[in-house]
Amino acid sequence: MASPWSLSGALRGMFSRKTIDEDTWTDLEDALISADFGPDITDAVIEELRASVERFRTTDPADLKRMLRETLEERLARLDPTLTLSNRPAVVLVVGVNGVGKTTTIGKFAKFLTTYGRTVVVGAADTFRAAAVEQLATWAERGGAQIVRPQQHGQDPASVAFQTVEKAQREGIEIVLIDTAGRLQTKSGLMDELSKIRRVIEKQAPIAEVLLVLDATTGQNGLNQAEAFIEHAGVTGLVLTKLDGSAKGGFVLAVQEKTGIPIKLVGQGEGIGDLTGFTPHVFVQNLVG
Amino acid sequence: MATFGNLSDRLSATFKNLRGKGKLSPADVDGTVREIRRALLDADVNLEVVKAFTGRVRDRALGDEVSKALNPAQQVVQIVNDELITILGGQQRRLQFAKNPPTVIMLVGLQGAGKTTLAGKLAKWLASENHTPMLVAADLQRPNAVTQLQVVGAHAGVTVFAPEPGNGVGNPVRVAKDAIKYAKDKQHDIVIVDTAGRLGVDAELMRQAADIRKAVDPDEVLFVLDAMIGQDAVTTAKAFQDGVDFTGVVLSKLDGDARGGAALSVASVTGRPIIFASTGEGLDDFEPFHPDRMASRILDLGDILSLIEQA
Ligand SMILES: Nc1nc2c(ncn2[C@@H]2O[C@H](COP(=O)(O)OP(=O)(O)OP(=O)(O)O)[C@@H](O)[C@H]2O)c(=O)[nH]1
Ligand SMILES: Nc1nc2c(ncn2[C@@H]2O[C@H](COP(=O)(O)OP(=O)(O)OP(=O)(O)O)[C@@H](O)[C@H]2O)c(=O)[nH]1
Ligand SMILES: [Mg+2]
Ligand SMILES: [Mg+2]
Repeated sequence: MASPWSLSGALRGMFSRKTIDEDTWTDLEDALISADFGPDITDAVIEELRASVERFRTTDPADLKRMLRETLEERLARLDPTLTLSNRPAVVLVVGVNGVGKTTTIGKFAKFLTTYGRTVVVGAADTFRAAAVEQLATWAERGGAQIVRPQQHGQDPASVAFQTVEKAQREGIEIVLIDTAGRLQTKSGLMDELSKIRRVIEKQAPIAEVLLVLDATTGQNGLNQAEAFIEHAGVTGLVLTKLDGSAKGGFVLAVQEKTGIPIKLVGQGEGIGDLTGFTPHVFVQNLVG
Repeated sequence: MATFGNLSDRLSATFKNLRGKGKLSPADVDGTVREIRRALLDADVNLEVVKAFTGRVRDRALGDEVSKALNPAQQVVQIVNDELITILGGQQRRLQFAKNPPTVIMLVGLQGAGKTTLAGKLAKWLASENHTPMLVAADLQRPNAVTQLQVVGAHAGVTVFAPEPGNGVGNPVRVAKDAIKYAKDKQHDIVIVDTAGRLGVDAELMRQAADIRKAVDPDEVLFVLDAMIGQDAVTTAKAFQDGVDFTGVVLSKLDGDARGGAALSVASVTGRPIIFASTGEGLDDFEPFHPDRMASRILDLGDILSLIEQA
């Protein structure tokens, strides 16, 4: 089987033909749409590639494939994917809609950081969802991190975040990862709650990163999510999860381009080791083949 | 999205040019069909489904029913709406109950789709209808999935069968099998089996789901699908259909602003009815699925009647 998040299956037929013709363009358009790039980016990429093919006067699908790889990579590489975690403590707030993989990402990220000798505390500021605190506690244990729990069910999440940062400052813990409840971007009350969590933390320490977790299976709604979370939570980086499935996550290109926020981490499984940094080259290589 | 105007706006613009024309030319129809295609893709309807759909609309729009219509443009909108509702299932289907209790309902789907929450919703609703539902903790994979189901069950006020701690410990097939015996002993007339989230590409976990199915012989297998899903909806739905097969679909997180094109994709490709819409995190937040409402949501048609009037 082709690698699960590969466009190559869809593109194989088109690149096996001898020459670039109208069918090639239709196939390419179909492949990009099917990978969730969305109609806008798809049109833009195709227009750009048509111009390149014209300019270089090529009819060889192999050239087109190379150009496609270059275009996507160049577009994805415009932003800097480096995480800035130099403050002490470095406070990271993790946000996103329901069920995208926030808590799991925190567990993996904690493990990643402790492996590199950093000390980590996680804050269970999802005081709403059933067993969210217990789930985070399991991940904290796996990741070698400490945890700050709410003192009672339904405690104000901002106060849990506050206590977590306070503990880090008091005990000299280097990194703080705050888990938040999933919320749909249309729920204004819940989005305001997020702004409040942010404000409360910022009174204690600057926030190093606000990571918006996006699920690779998402379609064009990913853009609405990004816009709303940027507005209410001041997102500084994207995390793309569930790339181990058959979804390609093409919508993130549109998100990056429309918002200027880079993808910084990629999740590819439910195991604690299934988190990597974002490398445009690798991403595109896996996509296009 | 607002920048492009919704399909209603775009179609109205197209129709404005058509007004007064007695007959639609193939070029008129193609322009309209292009707008519909675009709107469906923006709503995340699967590309193959879009192609088949627009093909049918085009054929009908060029046929007799339109050329003979008093107002051809109006007729085209009607066709689009009819075709959408036909695919989405025409009328509602209710939950199937067993002749000899317990009725067994098994929930399957991708990670984070909303299965465990739905288990609580179904249990609470069925309990209020004088049933005696029981929840079964057969997700022994996801950290604290068992705890989550116990909390949800407590909120719903129903029994939770959870003999194993989970977090990688215990055999979900055995738990599911034992649950049926337990339910019969304790006279629970409905058993709702929560299972772990799994990917369509994970053959091993898909086989496990099929084994659970064999062990409990369910009356309903509900495939829970996040309404925000994109083009992958079809691949995933087919993988679950081939892997475990399901009898119905539940579309979750419809309380957001996702247009939910997945509904059209999955209904069209699997032929399985969409039974419920899940519309929030609270246990009362779900309702029977309404094909007509979904049709206008997907195309952002707003009030279809007012559109028809304009045309
Ligand atoms: N296959 C796969 N599953 C993942 C990945 N990341 C998370 N998951 C699974 O997705 C489901 C939801 O993950 P969570 O971490 O609970 O998501 P969340 O965003 O914290 O969810 P809420 O707090 O309920 O909003 C769980 O079953 C995870 O195991 C990933 O990269 N790949
Ligand atoms: N807004 C909204 N949130 C929902 C809905 N259904 C479920 N959720 C939320 O989505 C997240 C995931 O729900 P779960 O019920 O844990 O999903 P699951 O399919 O059991 O997840 P896994 O067991 O990890 O595969 C939680 O935060 C739920 O509160 C819904 O209809 N609307
Ligand atoms: Mg969580
Ligand atoms: Mg679950």
